[in-house]
Amino acid sequence: MARSFDIRAQPGFATIAMFTFFLLYLPIVTLVAYAFNAGNSIAVWEGLSLRWFVSAANNDIVQQAALRSLIIAVFAASISTVVATMAALATTRTKPYRGLTFKYAFINQPLMVPEIVTAVALLIFFSRIKVWTGYSGLGYLIAAHTAFCIPFAYLPIRARLEGMDLTLERAAADLYATPWKTFRRVTFPILRPGIIAGFMLAFVISLDDVVITEFVKSGGQDTLPTYMLGQLRRIVTPEINAIATVFLAISVAIVTVFFFLNRKKA
Amino acid sequence: MASAQETARGAERQDIRNRWLLSAPALIIIFLAAIGPLFIMLAYSFMAKGDYGDVKFGQFSLDGWFSVFLQRDIFDDTVSLADAHLTIFWRSVRLSLATTVVTLLLGFPTAYFIATRPAHKREVWLFLVTIPFWTNLLIRTFAMQEVIRNEGVINTTLLMLGVIQRPIQIMYTDTAIMFGMVYVYLPLMVLPLYAAMEKLDFRLVEAAYDLYAGRLQALRRVIIPLVKPGIIAGSILVFIPSLGAYVTPRVLGGGKNLMLGNLIELQFGQGRNWPLGAAISITLMVIVMTALLLYVRSATRGGAENNG
Repeated sequence: MARSFDIRAQPGFATIAMFTFFLLYLPIVTLVAYAFNAGNSIAVWEGLSLRWFVSAANNDIVQQAALRSLIIAVFAASISTVVATMAALATTRTKPYRGLTFKYAFINQPLMVPEIVTAVALLIFFSRIKVWTGYSGLGYLIAAHTAFCIPFAYLPIRARLEGMDLTLERAAADLYATPWKTFRRVTFPILRPGIIAGFMLAFVISLDDVVITEFVKSGGQDTLPTYMLGQLRRIVTPEINAIATVFLAISVAIVTVFFFLNRKKA
Repeated sequence: MASAQETARGAERQDIRNRWLLSAPALIIIFLAAIGPLFIMLAYSFMAKGDYGDVKFGQFSLDGWFSVFLQRDIFDDTVSLADAHLTIFWRSVRLSLATTVVTLLLGFPTAYFIATRPAHKREVWLFLVTIPFWTNLLIRTFAMQEVIRNEGVINTTLLMLGVIQRPIQIMYTDTAIMFGMVYVYLPLMVLPLYAAMEKLDFRLVEAAYDLYAGRLQALRRVIIPLVKPGIIAGSILVFIPSLGAYVTPRVLGGGKNLMLGNLIELQFGQGRNWPLGAAISITLMVIVMTALLLYVRSATRGGAENNG
């Protein structure tokens, strides 16, 4: 037999693919490498050191921004996961009813409008409320984050629910379980992986947000991303790289867990 | 019998009511902190601008909308096109299109490469695409800056190799913005392309070769038409966020090379022209929504054709 002919091969495609992966990781690797630079600059390599991690960890402003990011993400992800679970229960495993499409559109709306547009709309709305009520706490940021986290929490929960049929719940009801008990003992345990996935997605999305936070925050309410955005205007030291590296590590860890959770299910 | 039917209908009505109650919190939150403010912004775009930002509340004016594309000469009141705004609109559209094309040229072979790996290896490659996707957008933009700066990886390498004598200025140009957007949005192109290619039936490709098609012909006449929905989905997913990009042009464009997102911010900051900012925002939103609607319509029509 002559040389085998691979019908799947296309000339040059593998090379371009390798180039793409190189392109995807070169900037990240560079960024992380300079976080370990002993020197003061992000241009000249002066040897390996952890000094910028130490300096970032001891920076009060960074500490506060990190704490604020975490508080907002925990609240936004928790609230959005709870309401998204309820919404998912309300929009799956049913005959189409009037208003169902409307609900889908409504829930997914934050995904469809450019973030900058939502950001300035919230700036307008919240600045008015700030004047009326005099309140300028973290509540605005939590509310804004919760809203755009809902579709991200909703998607995996809904996907999980759609794979479940109603037989177990019907059986529970036949055995005189109240609707709440049915949910607690039957629906929730099966749904749990979806809920965890939804929470993690919402958490990462909230933690990562720059644009909406930048416009909604009041003075002195920087989160880690908006702090970094502000710093990029000045002379950048490897401290920013160090913060970014830690941030990166957290995101990657969460995504990896998410990836393996989803894989087990399949 | 009638009563049984009525009970059933009653139960159904009860079920639907419960479903509305269950979804109410999510709908209310999204209404209050996402959709509602858009309507307030629409109202603001029709008000007179305040002297120090904000608006003169309740005072009707079309100035905001007028200034989106037009300007009035301060001396003789002649109306002309607002060149500065048109330049920014054009730059946004041009850079977004360029980003879409480049991500497609890189993403198509990459997605194809992943889709043609053995099943157990695909997941790993896919995971490698997903990781940058879930990394903070600002961090990825900053990482791009590390590569294209005058002292960055590209320039240092080229200088060392002696290809160039002094660094090429990439930062703070339109090219820098495009590089950044390609980098940031590339996974959004690869993932839907992969989803389409994973389902590709290679027996059809084999049939093409049996009929004496060359590689290029098989690609052009069989593979590309079959994965077209993925190409369209990827292009939409890249084009839309590019058009509304804010962080990438702000960091890599350096204040001079504005895109629509930065023009909007400017009106709410130094520009102190909230009605104009609101009007541009709504214009941007309408463009994006139209693109999405066209896509949804073509996708559903495509689906119907495939079923028919």
